[in-house]
Amino acid sequence: MDIEKNIGGDTSGELTAPHKDAPEQGAPRFWRGLEELADTPEFRDHKENEFPHGANDPDAKLNRRELMKVMAASAAFAGLSGCTKLPTQKIVPYVRQPEEIIPGKPLFYATAVTLSGVATGVLVESHMARPTKIEGNPDHPASLGAADSFAQASVLGLYDPDRSRAEVHDGRLASWAEFQSELSLALGGPTGAAGLRLLTGTITSPSLGDQIRGLLSQFSGAKWVQYESVTRDNFREGARLAFGEVVNTVYRVAQADVILALDSDFLTAGPGSLRYAREFARKRRVENENSKMNRLYAVESTPTSTGAMADHRLRLRASDVEGFTRALARELGLNSVAAPASAPQVPAEWIPALARDLKQHSGASLVVAGDQQPPVVHAIAHAINQALGNFDKTVYFTEPIEQSPSNQWSSMGELAADIRAGSVSTIVILGGNPAYDAPADLGFKELLPKVTFSARLGQHEDETSALCHWHIPEAHELESWGDARAFDGTVSVIQPLIAPLYGGKTACELLGLLSGKGAKSPHDVVRDYWKAQKTDEPRFDAFWEKTLRDGVVAGTQFPPKQVSLKPGIAAEPPAATPQGLEIVFRPDPTIYDGRFANNGWLQELPKPMTKLTWDAVAMVSPKTAARLGIDSSQAVELKYQGRTIVAPVWVMPGHADESVTAFLGYGRTRAGRVGTGTGFDAGWIRTYASPWIGAGLEIRRTGDKWPLAATQTHNTMEGREPIRVATLDEYAKNPKFAQAEAVENPLSLYPDVKYEGNAWGMAIDLNSCTGCGACVTACQAENNIAVVGKTEVIIGREMHWIRIDRYFEGDADGPNTFHQPLLCQHCEDAPCELVCPVAATVHSPEGLNEMVYNRCVGTRYCSNNCPYKVRRFNFRLYSDWDTPSLFGMRNPNVSVRSRGVMEKCSYCVQRINAVKIDAEKQDRPVRDGEIVTACQQTCPSEAIVFGNVNDPNSKVSLLKAKNRNYKLLEELNTRPRTTYLARLRNPNPEIEKSAGA
Amino acid sequence: MADSPADKLAEKMATAPILGPGHDFASVTDKISSIVLKRRPPKWWWVGFAIAFALVMLMLYSITYLLIVGVGIWGIQVPVGWGFAIINFVWWIGIGHAGTLISAILLLLRQQWRTSINRFAEAMTLFAVACAGMFPLLHMGRPWLAYWMFPYPDTMKMWPNFRSPLAWDVFAVSTYATVSLLFWFVGLLPDLATLRDRAKNPVAKIIYGFLAMGWRGSAVHWYRHETASLLLAGLATPLVLSVHTIVSFDFAFGIVPGWHATIFPPYFVAGAIYAGFAMVLTLSIPVRKVFGLEDFITMRHLDNMGKVLLATGLIVGYGYMMEAFSAYYSSDQYERFMILNRMFGPYAGIYWCLILCNIVTPQFLWFRKVRSKVGALFAIAMVVNVGMWLERFVIVVTSLHRDFLPSSWGMYYPTRWDFALFFGTIGLFLTLLFLFLRFLPLISIYEMRALVSEEDKKAEGWSPAD
Repeated sequence: MDIEKNIGGDTSGELTAPHKDAPEQGAPRFWRGLEELADTPEFRDHKENEFPHGANDPDAKLNRRELMKVMAASAAFAGLSGCTKLPTQKIVPYVRQPEEIIPGKPLFYATAVTLSGVATGVLVESHMARPTKIEGNPDHPASLGAADSFAQASVLGLYDPDRSRAEVHDGRLASWAEFQSELSLALGGPTGAAGLRLLTGTITSPSLGDQIRGLLSQFSGAKWVQYESVTRDNFREGARLAFGEVVNTVYRVAQADVILALDSDFLTAGPGSLRYAREFARKRRVENENSKMNRLYAVESTPTSTGAMADHRLRLRASDVEGFTRALARELGLNSVAAPASAPQVPAEWIPALARDLKQHSGASLVVAGDQQPPVVHAIAHAINQALGNFDKTVYFTEPIEQSPSNQWSSMGELAADIRAGSVSTIVILGGNPAYDAPADLGFKELLPKVTFSARLGQHEDETSALCHWHIPEAHELESWGDARAFDGTVSVIQPLIAPLYGGKTACELLGLLSGKGAKSPHDVVRDYWKAQKTDEPRFDAFWEKTLRDGVVAGTQFPPKQVSLKPGIAAEPPAATPQGLEIVFRPDPTIYDGRFANNGWLQELPKPMTKLTWDAVAMVSPKTAARLGIDSSQAVELKYQGRTIVAPVWVMPGHADESVTAFLGYGRTRAGRVGTGTGFDAGWIRTYASPWIGAGLEIRRTGDKWPLAATQTHNTMEGREPIRVATLDEYAKNPKFAQAEAVENPLSLYPDVKYEGNAWGMAIDLNSCTGCGACVTACQAENNIAVVGKTEVIIGREMHWIRIDRYFEGDADGPNTFHQPLLCQHCEDAPCELVCPVAATVHSPEGLNEMVYNRCVGTRYCSNNCPYKVRRFNFRLYSDWDTPSLFGMRNPNVSVRSRGVMEKCSYCVQRINAVKIDAEKQDRPVRDGEIVTACQQTCPSEAIVFGNVNDPNSKVSLLKAKNRNYKLLEELNTRPRTTYLARLRNPNPEIEKSAGA
Repeated sequence: MADSPADKLAEKMATAPILGPGHDFASVTDKISSIVLKRRPPKWWWVGFAIAFALVMLMLYSITYLLIVGVGIWGIQVPVGWGFAIINFVWWIGIGHAGTLISAILLLLRQQWRTSINRFAEAMTLFAVACAGMFPLLHMGRPWLAYWMFPYPDTMKMWPNFRSPLAWDVFAVSTYATVSLLFWFVGLLPDLATLRDRAKNPVAKIIYGFLAMGWRGSAVHWYRHETASLLLAGLATPLVLSVHTIVSFDFAFGIVPGWHATIFPPYFVAGAIYAGFAMVLTLSIPVRKVFGLEDFITMRHLDNMGKVLLATGLIVGYGYMMEAFSAYYSSDQYERFMILNRMFGPYAGIYWCLILCNIVTPQFLWFRKVRSKVGALFAIAMVVNVGMWLERFVIVVTSLHRDFLPSSWGMYYPTRWDFALFFGTIGLFLTLLFLFLRFLPLISIYEMRALVSEEDKKAEGWSPAD
């Protein structure tokens, strides 16, 4: 403690705080705010809490000596700075926690992260008040304990060194107070009130909605525009078409035995997907050969994870899905639905067989339409669900979760028209990035500078900020107070884990400023809003504390809403399907709409179906590629509606013919050091008229190459069956099909090792895994895994400890697709251990294959000798040892590896030991399920189970006892502790028969 | 029959002397020591040395960059964790083997024709081992910790992992280097004394005198020298077999298809001798030419070496055949795939090039006519040098790049730094060789003198058996 005090005496403050107040060289010196003018005690206090020289200036090049000094100071200071970093308002940790902060012992806080406004409840692991890891919140209906890659990666988003750190006015450093006065000038102008436009993303937050509504009533004539490039307009318009009002659709996948996905990736994308994946997987958790499971049909153009899980996947151009849906509706007896313009090009038996299957499962079937499909498909899907009696069984409706459900694209169009007409004098943009992702032909980029006063609240000084007069740094969700609704309406209160690292503001604060009621803190705004809502709570304080602790506001889930289908849905005959090459726009699976472009974890996360990293592609089917004479990694020119963009081609087995999928989110020009300049911007050819699907694309070869970084370059199993698959029928006939090739030879030169006590092992159910990749990001966050960059991925040096292998089976046009998570198998007879000359990889008494980084000299022999190739080598210095802002993000219980050492999955040994220590203190054995690895924890479909294989009743032992259990490469006698449960398919015999014939 | 040109040639080559006619003690000593003592280095020496030394600079440059950035500058990745470094290591170690074979085994077998080439071949061994030894060190992720490979008493009480072939490698190669150096130096002692006695330059006199360790040529000295040489030869003989056997264990103990084969030790040893003789031919042919040593390194030597080349080449060919056969016969899908992938996969070109270099080309050595043509021998030896390098590439890279799980298959492409270090070590080898040619007698003077006396005895009707 003395040491800390001593160091604390001359170096105080925190490591990563911005030095926004330091005047730049040569820049005019501004006063830092009204506080400084007034020289209040708070200001002096703040000044004294500044960090040691250089440490808080992100751009300062520290020399080694200084860096060591700063690191030492911050290490010694971690405890103290942790206290100063906590938000000033009371935040409440999740469930039972230690009474005080113990170094090395994390605290967990329940909060929520949002994507396009929709919340997923999470628990945030916090070490010494530094959020380091996101986990799903088991009490939250959208999470049930799982989290997706976006949520997992939000920690990196928080510590992103490229986040903006200061208010900027026309390219100059400015201050919040200056902004305050300029804004009030702008609003006080002649057209101030009526000319105000508020541009936000989708907002589900009740308190924010309340604030905005208040603001709109205060400024008559002001308008609120919500815009998302990955919009759910079709979903909303589909409901309007079907029911005459916008409602929210919630699926109960757990009750559906037959599911049809119409160009929908509901298992891995969109609100509620985590829950849907879990419910879907539970219906596939096959006990034995007599069990039943659900059946999934997928009709889609772009191969998705949902399509890969499907028992029957029909590839169809996205624009033909409507015709298919109409034909199916008519087959089901919905004769008011007009027939498709032309009969869909599908195998003749498909639609009748599907219709029969759906009918046989009336009330237990489900039709899901994808967000990219036009409203009419959604409406027909609703009609089919009603006709099948699925309403209130497998699907129900609620009030919309959005605060103001609107047609986002048309309101964006109106905004553009208003600016053009000169009726917009002030625009305040909260989040989003419209200058990058607004429809290309709207000319928003040219229009935005025409607005007299424009302000942008954003985490990065990006494309939009560059065109605005004012840029205000935005606080990250992990730094802010707020609330948001989940897919079913459940509200979570977002509590900050850390005071804003870079002094960012929240939307709440900016709205407060706009309304002139700026004094209230975001905490008070949220709390007061809920106090007003919960007047019936006798003890609001207790309610509030419970809400914060649990991560959900009790009783906010929307009740099912009765809806009635309008008659004559889709009765008008449809227009003929447009001819010509089709283009389909889709959000990128890992970068989404581009907002995650500067997130290295997500950039390097292989996309589930292509295994590509760091790039968006124009995806075509093998047949279409052959017709056009193009091939993967070639640069082509895409010409659509008079706009052209150069894009790399990716030939994708299973893609619909005569259709091209272009992924959004890349080609950012001001994303930051990671994201700028990666990939091509498909948004450039995405027009207002056709946000998702269009026809008439032209492709021209450029003759150039576009190297693409895929982590898996070989796509077939070569008859080796790393993934063993059978249909339910085959399984019933041959229950041991997965173990048929078991040829383990017990002979060994070395004596058998007896594992007393705990013996850790893992079982992975391939029947559940959707290949979404959440485990990969979770592992990356938990184990401080480095990002290597595109060129290194091309060479083959990605560092992920867990990877998802993806194999195709069958013909290239319509293959079956399988995913297999592969991590260190922790072989009992590990080939790697034998060959290490310095004994740097050894076996633990509990059967872990342990990697001792300190001992490793880097011969790479272990990797060569690993038949699973799960070992990863630091060929260069991949870990970032220089960027101070990233130091705080790292898991303090896992070493950050340096150059020249091997690393690999440790079964999260730090978690194992933490639990073991606790158990030992309480003098009891470790309970089953107490140790949860990072990959297991986040898996939406519960495919990964970890535990003690010596305990015959542990969950993992029970799984391993199943007849679907098999060891990968068992014939090598490696005796892996990780085993797999074979994948099953549940095909419709009628379709399967004719397909096989 | 006996009149046919071929038979004449056969007769001529079989009876060709291992020492040209007309030499006595003085002329042998003069001729060999004058290369070091009298003549100024010719122009070609300077040119050759300059080129070789430039390559050494390249090597040092690339090592410096390697130590700064890490092995990531090379093309290695996952799954191909070993690349040029290990290929070059095995290649250089293999080249070294001919020297030991010539000086040790042929000494024990009393093959006198070895005399004029053994010094030279031993030097080659030493330099090749020096080049080889660098690679295992540099290919490590953290080369500064290389001493952890040795069993030394440290405070962590950590020993190397004695189950690992790489740990055996450390002992095998370091023993080999030590014995080779000693053997070479002991063999040099009488000649160093000769140089000391004949040198005019006082500095040279001191240096040679220092190195000669007080050799006076007394009978006791000769007796001990003979004993030590024989003992060292006895020690070195098993090393010829053990070193490359253990190097082959690096692969054979792995479970990678294409590595995991019991045929590896003999196949590697044969390959090493094959490569080594090819290198001895490659070097001795130009050397005998430029130094006018045709009398000492005669056609008989070249012919014999050609025969050894052919014999070991056939063994190596048998190895390739057995690799393919056992892959087929094992019925193991991974083994079968491995050999098909070698033959028809993405690196098929290299495989067939290897077959052409190592199996097809040496078949010309069946013909005496070819063996009697210095140019042809030189060309074949060069081709074999290349072929043996390709063999190691095929073993290391094509085995690793597609092993068990197709998901992790990948391609290995060397970078410019891979080549820089490889050519750099060739530069080091040549530099050392040029220095050796300049400062040490490249043919053993005292052994050649012994040969003279035996030739004399032969002329007087003695036979060595008496």
